[in-house]
Amino acid sequence: MTPLLQVENLAKFYGPRIGCTDVSLDLYPGEVMGIVGESGSGKSTLLNCLAGHLTPDRGAVRFDTRADGLRDTVTMSEPERRMLSRTDWAFVHQHARDGLRMNVSAGGNVGERLMAVNARHYGAIRDEAIDWLGRVEITEDRIDDRPTAFSGGMQQRLQIARNLVTGPRLVFMDEPTGGLDVSVQARLLDLLRSLVREMNLSAIIVTHDLAVVRLLADRLMVMKDGHVIETGLTDQVLDDPQHAYTQLLVSSVLQV
Amino acid sequence: MISIENVSKSFVLHNQGAANISVMQAASLQVAPGECVALTGASGAGKSTLMRMIYGNYLTETGRIMIGDVDVARAAPREIIQLRRRTLGYVSQFLRVVPRVSTLDVVAEPLLVTGTPQDKALRTAQDLLARLNIPERLWSLSPTTFSGGEQQRVNIARGFSYPYPALLLDEPTASLDPTNRATVLEMIKEAKARDAAIIGIFHDHAARDAICDRQVDMTQYTPGLAA
Repeated sequence: MTPLLQVENLAKFYGPRIGCTDVSLDLYPGEVMGIVGESGSGKSTLLNCLAGHLTPDRGAVRFDTRADGLRDTVTMSEPERRMLSRTDWAFVHQHARDGLRMNVSAGGNVGERLMAVNARHYGAIRDEAIDWLGRVEITEDRIDDRPTAFSGGMQQRLQIARNLVTGPRLVFMDEPTGGLDVSVQARLLDLLRSLVREMNLSAIIVTHDLAVVRLLADRLMVMKDGHVIETGLTDQVLDDPQHAYTQLLVSSVLQV
Repeated sequence: MISIENVSKSFVLHNQGAANISVMQAASLQVAPGECVALTGASGAGKSTLMRMIYGNYLTETGRIMIGDVDVARAAPREIIQLRRRTLGYVSQFLRVVPRVSTLDVVAEPLLVTGTPQDKALRTAQDLLARLNIPERLWSLSPTTFSGGEQQRVNIARGFSYPYPALLLDEPTASLDPTNRATVLEMIKEAKARDAAIIGIFHDHAARDAICDRQVDMTQYTPGLAA
């Protein structure tokens, strides 16, 4: 089986400082990988390199494109990369306002992504938008409201609908449940899990919340100071951590 | 079906003076299809540790753990995920679920991820829950709020919904009343009858004697405890 995403020896530096370095990974269709680490560990830098938001200084990021198989997204042309990010990729930001257009209606936010992939029929776009709002548990009567009128949890669900409406194959998520209270988090996690299964999505989730990765991720990568220090099956890394830092991380979680 | 050869395990606790605790030395065990083997030994003898190593939850330093033709000690995470989906089931002592997911969906999930149509998966889940005396009015609720015994039965229903060829059972009859205990023993016998290879931990000696073909004393593999 061909991996959906293949990362080889990726490195990104900020001047003399390391953003992340020596990162290699394979992600297969339907797999969810979590990346954990403290602030400044390089996990967001890595995610942004993978999603084409930052240009890595070294290494390759190969994506299994529908037309030509594995292509290095670092060296492909800007229009090609933009096309991928509109179709096969999705990016869920920690702050919904970074991923939404706050002065456009909820329906418009979802419909806009569809129009970007050449959907033109207004009625069809609206129906699709309503369908997706329903899937993320936003009722139809809120379709004309702007995201500014939504709660944090609703904004996050709207962002997910906007991202998934085009049927992407790979979703990047940066702290998707950060800043939400726990009951809202649980609802969002449940939603993400069922969408991942129904759409056979692959996802890379950056978070510092170990409970989130235990529920969502099949595999886990632990980063510290820009380096990957441990990888493996999620429950194995959490229950039998090998590296000193991972042991510290796991033992620092407060038991409820 | 399950073949464990010469496995050892130690834990290095980096944040506690790099203490190196050796917990298992050269353990070996063979389980044939249709056979049920009980792990015995006092608390701390490494029974649960071995179960977790077999499930890929703990890393194995040396030796081999073959489940069919997959060596869990060396398999990539992706291979272990596949193995857990279709070959190796595990009924742990504790239920770990996503909040908000209904009991019915929790039990049906192993079937759904392996491609069983939704209606058939839900029917199987309903049958299992009814058999284990979980009242129907609880099926649409999340098991997170259930009593210990109810959670344990949901856990068992989930573990038995997909017919895994290899099964790990950690105290499956603990905290069950006599009726449900008898049902669970019946389910284990049925799993044996369809040729599942089973490894179990049973503090319930009567249950152990009723369903296990052999016992393996883990103490013999525990450094410091071995006679």
